[in-house]
Amino acid sequence: MTTETRTSIVWDYAPAPESTEHIRLRDRYGLFIDGAFRDPADGRYAASINPATEQPLAEVAWAGAQDVSRAVDSARVAHPKWAALADRERAKYLFRIARLIQERARELAVVETLDGGKPLRESRDVDVPLAAAHFFHYAGWADKLRYGVNAREVAPLGVVGQIVPWNFPLLMAAWKLAPALACGNTAILKPAETTPLTALLLAEICQEAELPPGVVSILPGDGEAGAALVRAPGIDKIAFTGSTSVGRDIQAALAGRPVGLTLELGGKSANIVFEDAALDQAVEGIVNGIFFNQGHVCCAGSRLLIQESVLDDVVAKLWTRMGRLRVGDPLDKNTDVGAINSAQQLQRIEALVAAGVEEGAQRRTIACALPEHGYWFAPTLFTDVSPAHRIAVQEIFGPVVSVLSFRTQAEAIEKANNSRYGLAAGIWTDKGAKAFEVAGALQAGVVWQNTYNHFDPTAAFGGYKESGFGREGGPAGLRPYLRVTR
Amino acid sequence: MIRRLPHVDRVGVEERAAQLGKRSIKSTAKQQGIRLAVSMVDLTTLEGADTAGKVRHLCAKAVCPAPELPEIPSVAAVCVYPSLVAVAHEALRGTGVRTASVATGFPAGQVSLAAKLRDTQDAVAAGADEIDMVISREAFLAGDDVRVQDEIVAVKENCGDAHLKVILETAELGSYDHVRHASMLAMEAGADFIKTSTGKASSGATPGVCLVMLEAIRDYVARTGRIVGFKAAGGVSNSKAALHRLVLVKETLGDEWLTPERIRIGASSLLNDLLMQYAKTETGRYGRAEDFSKE
Repeated sequence: MTTETRTSIVWDYAPAPESTEHIRLRDRYGLFIDGAFRDPADGRYAASINPATEQPLAEVAWAGAQDVSRAVDSARVAHPKWAALADRERAKYLFRIARLIQERARELAVVETLDGGKPLRESRDVDVPLAAAHFFHYAGWADKLRYGVNAREVAPLGVVGQIVPWNFPLLMAAWKLAPALACGNTAILKPAETTPLTALLLAEICQEAELPPGVVSILPGDGEAGAALVRAPGIDKIAFTGSTSVGRDIQAALAGRPVGLTLELGGKSANIVFEDAALDQAVEGIVNGIFFNQGHVCCAGSRLLIQESVLDDVVAKLWTRMGRLRVGDPLDKNTDVGAINSAQQLQRIEALVAAGVEEGAQRRTIACALPEHGYWFAPTLFTDVSPAHRIAVQEIFGPVVSVLSFRTQAEAIEKANNSRYGLAAGIWTDKGAKAFEVAGALQAGVVWQNTYNHFDPTAAFGGYKESGFGREGGPAGLRPYLRVTR
Repeated sequence: MIRRLPHVDRVGVEERAAQLGKRSIKSTAKQQGIRLAVSMVDLTTLEGADTAGKVRHLCAKAVCPAPELPEIPSVAAVCVYPSLVAVAHEALRGTGVRTASVATGFPAGQVSLAAKLRDTQDAVAAGADEIDMVISREAFLAGDDVRVQDEIVAVKENCGDAHLKVILETAELGSYDHVRHASMLAMEAGADFIKTSTGKASSGATPGVCLVMLEAIRDYVARTGRIVGFKAAGGVSNSKAALHRLVLVKETLGDEWLTPERIRIGASSLLNDLLMQYAKTETGRYGRAEDFSKE
């Protein structure tokens, strides 16, 4: 027997599903108001679905206007005492919540994956650790608030309403609640209708942390609950993350009322690859920029701008790399791309992709076996895209990247800024001076250099133009939750 | 034509390499992966104290690593110093396990080209199927790419039918850009394999270095169509590390590269850890180092 004639050994990863044995989901969740789970006033419950199997996970109460006003009342009652608490005592509650998130990390990651369809690899390594990190970060700020706003005297706003999307349910809840509580506000959080479960586990964590009743209320529900929250008397501020169209409605509803507002909306972020970039790492960044969380990321690098001299090279490398993405069961630890969050979102993606083909762009979708049940969309690449095509203009919010080319630095900047959005951008170059020059010229709230979708609680995040206003994260994230008094 | 070699971003490449270290390799995937890794091992002894007796023992182990586990294949090759090639060649005759020899003034390569060529000729004459040469880091770091390449070309000419593995000694090159550059030089000069390290430097086949070299191979093969293999050597001392390297190969070059004709792992202590881990998947309990012979 020689090495040449040996029978070859075939090697593939065996299925490696994370166990769901250890999670403790209840059959039914009420609304978390005034420190306890309560039935909704009109008795409305809806099932939360696992988008990878279409099986129901738990019944969840949906809040109506009456429930919202009950939650606002409890938050109003709780506020004076919470705001008057010594800063370091408030910090202790936040530290406690952060530690409890860490303690229940595995359970939270599995539930996030079951409820939202994202790969366990991401919920385990990104969503949950970052959620804890946000609570830790703002716990540290609670007794140093004045130093976050140029050493001025500050006071909390009062009661804040917070509406979060379905793409990062727990993480967005943490982004919203941690600074609000650190600043001495009481909060009412409305999770998205398709992904309420981790927010409800966070409600349990608030109970375990012995957070005073009324400081945090969690009201699952659909747009109706959100609209009621926005219009509720007794609210001092609304913080919203979601689509630009809903953001516009909220701003209109609040016009003329003394209610603060921050909006973090959609995006069509440019990821710019210059010819002098480290191309293999740029390809990794492109993949992470658009296929992370199935592209359900408001700052996804969905408009890929590649310098013409390396266009063919980068597209070829990207296509090869895309072929190695493992699409399927989100609970499998080796899955890279999971399920689309809902049937409705899948329809939106399919419609925009069809529009791309119709308008003349070249579509390439990787060949991979997709599960029979659930909502799936295989990673897709569009080349020959013109800036006027809908797939180059509209937010797809799915695993679909549109490739455009540019010739010079000036053209790259012009094309990147030629968007109604301005949430994020990526720059790939090995030249430091060029990176700073381009970053300064881009109308985007976040600019990443030689990386993408990299999040950190110390860094401010937010948009320009129709991507919204206000910042979350870091000291800048305190400002929207404080009044400067002197 | 001036060909532009893309840069390597250290942070990016290490993030990607680390991410691939998190693939979950369990049950049958672990068993198959370990068997595959064993089949790729270049079982190595490179010590001043090596004797004919020790090399014969090692050869027996190479042919049949674990008699009580018949499904474990032979390793790919036994790697020794030139003076012991004849012994290994004799011991391995007819077994399918190849004889590899380090050469060219291993490990530092600080001898004349004439001495390097003589070293190579001796090893080939004694029956080496594979030659593991070192590049002249002295020339590379001084910027003399031409001398680096000319030496590889000259050694290759003296290899006859033997396969040439070119050792870059990445720990001495100073950056990933240099690793990629040296990989390209070696492949252009005719290397059949490119290899990370001698095993004598401060670090060896780190995940980042492996990934950069595999990406260089991928680009070279895409451009020229000529297959070049990869050998990870130095620091791959346990099963987890070996499986991590195989994941890097699988997800950079693809499944067709997962064969000992294209991928090798140079090691001395790795083999027994692979055997122990394999036995654990069979018996469900961890064994002891003494369960398997050292050589």
